[in-house]
Amino acid sequence: MRPERFLLKVDSLSKSYGEGCPRCSGPGATLDRNHCRRCGTVYAVRGVSFELYPGEVLGIVGESGSGKSTVLNCLYYDTVASSGSVYLGSYREGAEDALAVSAQAKRAIRNELLGKVYQDPVEGLRMKFSAVANVAEKMICAGSRNVGAMEERARRLLGLVNIPLGRMGEAPERFSGGMRQRVQIAKALSNNPPLIFLDEVTTGLDLSVQAKVLDLIMDIQRESGVGMLLVSHDLAVVRMLATRTMVMLDGRMVEQGLTDQILEDPQHPYTQELVHSLL
Amino acid sequence: MNSLYNYAFFDEGSKREIRRAILKAVALPGYQVPFASREMPIARGWGTGGLQLTLSLVGRSDVLKVIDQGSDDSVNAVNIRKFVSGTTGVAVTEDAREATIIQSRHRIPESPLREGQVLVLQVPLPEPLRLIEPSEYKTKRLHAERDYSGAYLVLFEEIQRYGRVATGADHPVEVHGRYVMAPSPIPRFDNPKLDGNPALILLGAGREKKIYAVPPYTKVRSLDFEDQPFRVEDFGSAACGLCGASGVYLDELVDPSTGSKTWRCNDTSECASRRRASQEAADAS
Ligand SMILES: Nc1ncnc2c1ncn2[C@@H]1O[C@H](COP(=O)(O)OP(=O)(O)OP(=O)(O)O)[C@@H](O)[C@H]1O
Ligand SMILES: [Mg+2]
Ligand SMILES: [Zn+2]
Repeated sequence: MRPERFLLKVDSLSKSYGEGCPRCSGPGATLDRNHCRRCGTVYAVRGVSFELYPGEVLGIVGESGSGKSTVLNCLYYDTVASSGSVYLGSYREGAEDALAVSAQAKRAIRNELLGKVYQDPVEGLRMKFSAVANVAEKMICAGSRNVGAMEERARRLLGLVNIPLGRMGEAPERFSGGMRQRVQIAKALSNNPPLIFLDEVTTGLDLSVQAKVLDLIMDIQRESGVGMLLVSHDLAVVRMLATRTMVMLDGRMVEQGLTDQILEDPQHPYTQELVHSLL
Repeated sequence: MNSLYNYAFFDEGSKREIRRAILKAVALPGYQVPFASREMPIARGWGTGGLQLTLSLVGRSDVLKVIDQGSDDSVNAVNIRKFVSGTTGVAVTEDAREATIIQSRHRIPESPLREGQVLVLQVPLPEPLRLIEPSEYKTKRLHAERDYSGAYLVLFEEIQRYGRVATGADHPVEVHGRYVMAPSPIPRFDNPKLDGNPALILLGAGREKKIYAVPPYTKVRSLDFEDQPFRVEDFGSAACGLCGASGVYLDELVDPSTGSKTWRCNDTSECASRRRASQEAADAS
């Protein structure tokens, strides 16, 4: 065990869509991958547990539909988890289940202690509002009412993610995919949170653009020491950024460990397949 | 009075239902109370929300004034006034001081209101958060959780675009330190009149089926930022070309033949009464 306190501790997190039936929820339950053929219930995340430490980048890999985004959505309160507990080192010293607090406390946690880059920028940004306003939104949500201070910080963050000064007043609907992701990163960092979530941050971008965005994330991580939970279906992305990695399959975590170890000596057959496809 | 209709058009049950919604609105200042908006013989969007409030409140001794765009003479104001007086027989006036019920669109009268008066404002879009949240279910939650960051975001974005808050009308206000509401399309110039007003202010949206209220002497604050305080429209030293008043809400007129600009009071009945008063003073001397 490490001596320092975790940034994030997730305990048996589950999320299902549907009511379940005796076939899928009783003892000896049988599922078709992550769903029940009889009642149609989807078990998107099943009993996932892990910890993330200050300054660490933890990767989550897994194929499409394995439940990666759902984990992040539960942690960022975009969706309500079905069961499980979440502890944040920055909230009540990690002593209180952050899934069991009031709506107001959740709002404060989300605005002040977390940030998120969405898989689809349309979800994470207001496409018709200026980039500056997009970055300022989280500051407004956290209670700032000073336009000058918010503008200054938003511009500084947008500069940090290489949005040209002359385009900061423009709306993301006029930006390229790579620029949109960079605005999302600036927004996630706006309240200087100790932990941010990144969901497929480079998916859909050209290879050269991908490399630039990944470099940017590495730089930010090195300079700010922000903790990152990084989701990708691409093991190459995770290998570049994450010190530790967990592998998801059909809603379950099938393997977790140091990224190098997983790459060199994958244990689970699915991980072996994944690693071989990378080589 | 037209005997084909019940007094004030509606049956008594409908009026009672609207009055119940009004009572709830008064008890929760700034909160949008849903009500069963009735079919009216005028098109929705032409003040049916305000009209339903007026009809449910008007008694035989009331005196009615109707304003549209600051004027008592516009087609819409005339139609509404005729409809209410035709179905009730109540007296009508153009003088805000004489009226007991004032139904208005776009303006709050220039002359101060007093206790006992009711100002009914017609509202096309009652939801101040609609621009940033299209879902009614979600805006309800935002109000419940008192999350008004979206309203501030809209103002912040205006500053990004225009260098200042540029809400021409309907600048959002916080009522009694709790709910944020759309004050209807009145100019920012009229927002300060909502604060601590001795009259009862009722707002009705017919199409959106909502009633809300600012009870007498309620604290009303226009949303703003620490370093960008709320400001009303500034007309500088401009004065009305007819009555000479300044410090009132003015419309700019351009003479099409000469291109020269003049100013006119937006509140035409106040302008007329000022002109009458100065005429009388001139006659007396
Ligand atoms: N609202 C929903 N209703 C029903 N099922 C859902 C819903 N949202 C997600 N799912 C299902 O949950 C499972 C996990 O989805 P999730 O989006 O978390 O996968 P993912 O690992 O992020 O995939 P991808 O790599 O394609 O983004 C999938 O089977 C998906 O179809
Ligand atoms: Mg996903
Ligand atoms: Zn089932």
